[in-house]
Amino acid sequence: MYAYLIRRILATIPVMAVVAVFVFSLLFLSPGDPAAIIAGDLATADDIARIRERLGLNEPFLVQFGKWTLNLMQGDLGVSIFSNLPVSKLMLQRLEPTLMLTTTTLIIAICAAVPMGVIAAWKAGTIIDRGVMLFAVLGFSFPSFVLGYLLIYTFSIKLEVLPVQGYTPIARGFGPFLNNIILPSLTLGMVQAALIARMTRTSVLEVLAEDYIRTAHSKGLATNKVLIGHALKNAAVPIVTIIGISFALLIGGAIITESVFAIPGLGRLTVDAILRRDYPIIQGVILVFSGAYVLVNLAVDIIYTFLDPRIRY
Amino acid sequence: MTTQTMDRPSQTVGGVEKVLEIEDLKTHFFTRDGVVRAVDGVSYHVLKGETLGVVGESGCGKSVTALSVLRLIAKPGRIVQGKVKMSGRNLLDLSDEEMRSIRGNDVSMIFQEPMTSLNPVLTLGRQISETIMLHQGLSKKDAWDKSVEMLKLVRIPEAERRVHEYPFQMSGGMRQRVMIAMALSCNPKVLLADEPTTALDVTIQAQILHLMLELKEKTGTAIVLITHDLGVVAETCQRVVVMYAGKKVEEATADELFERPLHPYTVGLMKSIPRLDRAATAEHPGRLMEIPGMVPSLKNMPPGCAFAPRCSFATERCRREVPDFEMKAGGHYAACFNSDKVAEIYHG
Repeated sequence: MYAYLIRRILATIPVMAVVAVFVFSLLFLSPGDPAAIIAGDLATADDIARIRERLGLNEPFLVQFGKWTLNLMQGDLGVSIFSNLPVSKLMLQRLEPTLMLTTTTLIIAICAAVPMGVIAAWKAGTIIDRGVMLFAVLGFSFPSFVLGYLLIYTFSIKLEVLPVQGYTPIARGFGPFLNNIILPSLTLGMVQAALIARMTRTSVLEVLAEDYIRTAHSKGLATNKVLIGHALKNAAVPIVTIIGISFALLIGGAIITESVFAIPGLGRLTVDAILRRDYPIIQGVILVFSGAYVLVNLAVDIIYTFLDPRIRY
Repeated sequence: MTTQTMDRPSQTVGGVEKVLEIEDLKTHFFTRDGVVRAVDGVSYHVLKGETLGVVGESGCGKSVTALSVLRLIAKPGRIVQGKVKMSGRNLLDLSDEEMRSIRGNDVSMIFQEPMTSLNPVLTLGRQISETIMLHQGLSKKDAWDKSVEMLKLVRIPEAERRVHEYPFQMSGGMRQRVMIAMALSCNPKVLLADEPTTALDVTIQAQILHLMLELKEKTGTAIVLITHDLGVVAETCQRVVVMYAGKKVEEATADELFERPLHPYTVGLMKSIPRLDRAATAEHPGRLMEIPGMVPSLKNMPPGCAFAPRCSFATERCRREVPDFEMKAGGHYAACFNSDKVAEIYHG
């Protein structure tokens, strides 16, 4: 078990290294000279050359990469071209809303989707099953920005029960926080829930055909105990996997959702940075998001060991 | 709810109580291609503490009959007719909740595939104690202790340690022992054993059978041993029911059946067992006999006797009429027009 954990944790290092190389290369691969962008439209060739020298852009690729990596290890993600502030500080300011948005989204999606999927599998072929599948197809095919505006129109403008936009930090009270976060979470959670519900249904349906489910029934267990205690635990590995993978969707979706609901999170920071070609910020954001993705999937692998003893030994 | 069945006390045979009685059971599967009559009017009873063998080829309905007793028939299957009586109650009339209190408690079942019949992600202790907690209302701790006790009873070595382990850490024979421990943990009146040794090595088969018989003696649980292996039946059962194509074709005590089989199908089954004591000689080449042909499709059965197309005794009448299941000799029943001839030839 410990050997497995250590192996799994070590395996994240090469992944992160590849991500780092890719992120750094972004600067070289993307069109346009960063020095020219920083210098602005009115700069002369001399100005640009001076800036290049100052940023170390004339040095060989490997030297630049080495310096960048060393800084990175010390938590230094560079300085924003636009605002001249450290990227790490800018990102830290924007971290909470995004973290909260993704967390509430995941909680809502899992709490809604897993029971839906289990019930759909149990009632496979019935109208309930069809209903859940219809929801899943709709959830996939409905663009989140359309859904977001639809929710705002319904709940904020027509019913006037929830605020239109904005974000309230959780430190200012759970009620106001929830008021603001609920619509964005629903918007963002739709695709997640659709994906998780589908996977849960498929996985549970497969498990329900297993011999040990018949054994569980033959012991006289009630249906809910068979479904939760026996079926769901066996079906959980693919479900947890899809939750881990869907985390990538979540990050992509957060960028759009934060724009729709004017949430000052990392997503907004990313959009602004891309529009201004603020490369250090883009690099920082990609690194953090990739790191989060790698960590989530590491967590998924660790959760496997609790779900399936065959992986543990 | 059980008024029609309560007025008749549970019957006895020779002073021994019938613990389970199946009457004219019909379980059909309504598939897209038509109705499959998997069990078509089967009746048998199980006496207290006895071992009843139910024999037949794959697909003859012997397992479906057992699953019908527990009402574990999945769609598109449905029990369309019949009674399953236990202590004067018809199990088919019970509510789902009442039925759940029967399963694993009064009647329990073990299955053919020990490798897949236990839940792979739960410990043995959890799986056994779950049943005990459910039916006997013991606390978690007591149920766990009882689980250890049950594992000891089925001779799992180091039961205290093994109870924390998972099925994948055990061999097939050990898993079947665990299944037996689980099935017997609430002292059921009847244990339905569906091909319990088929998937096991021959040496392990004998161990498991002996274990089941020994525990039967200890607990008084009656066993319905469903098998296609007449050798197993000869060793373990007091009475035998032979099934073919969803119907019962012969029923007798084990001694009587092996001595004087009256149905051509039973004879065919016996002749297809390899035997060392019948060495090849000039006039008996010692070839293993087989029953020609295949089990008929249960969707469109031939009009007469279902076995007629494969039967060397078959006459015009067999292809036209279905023979009644009737008593041919004391306590020996068969459904065949030519049972006299069968007996004659088998002995002659």
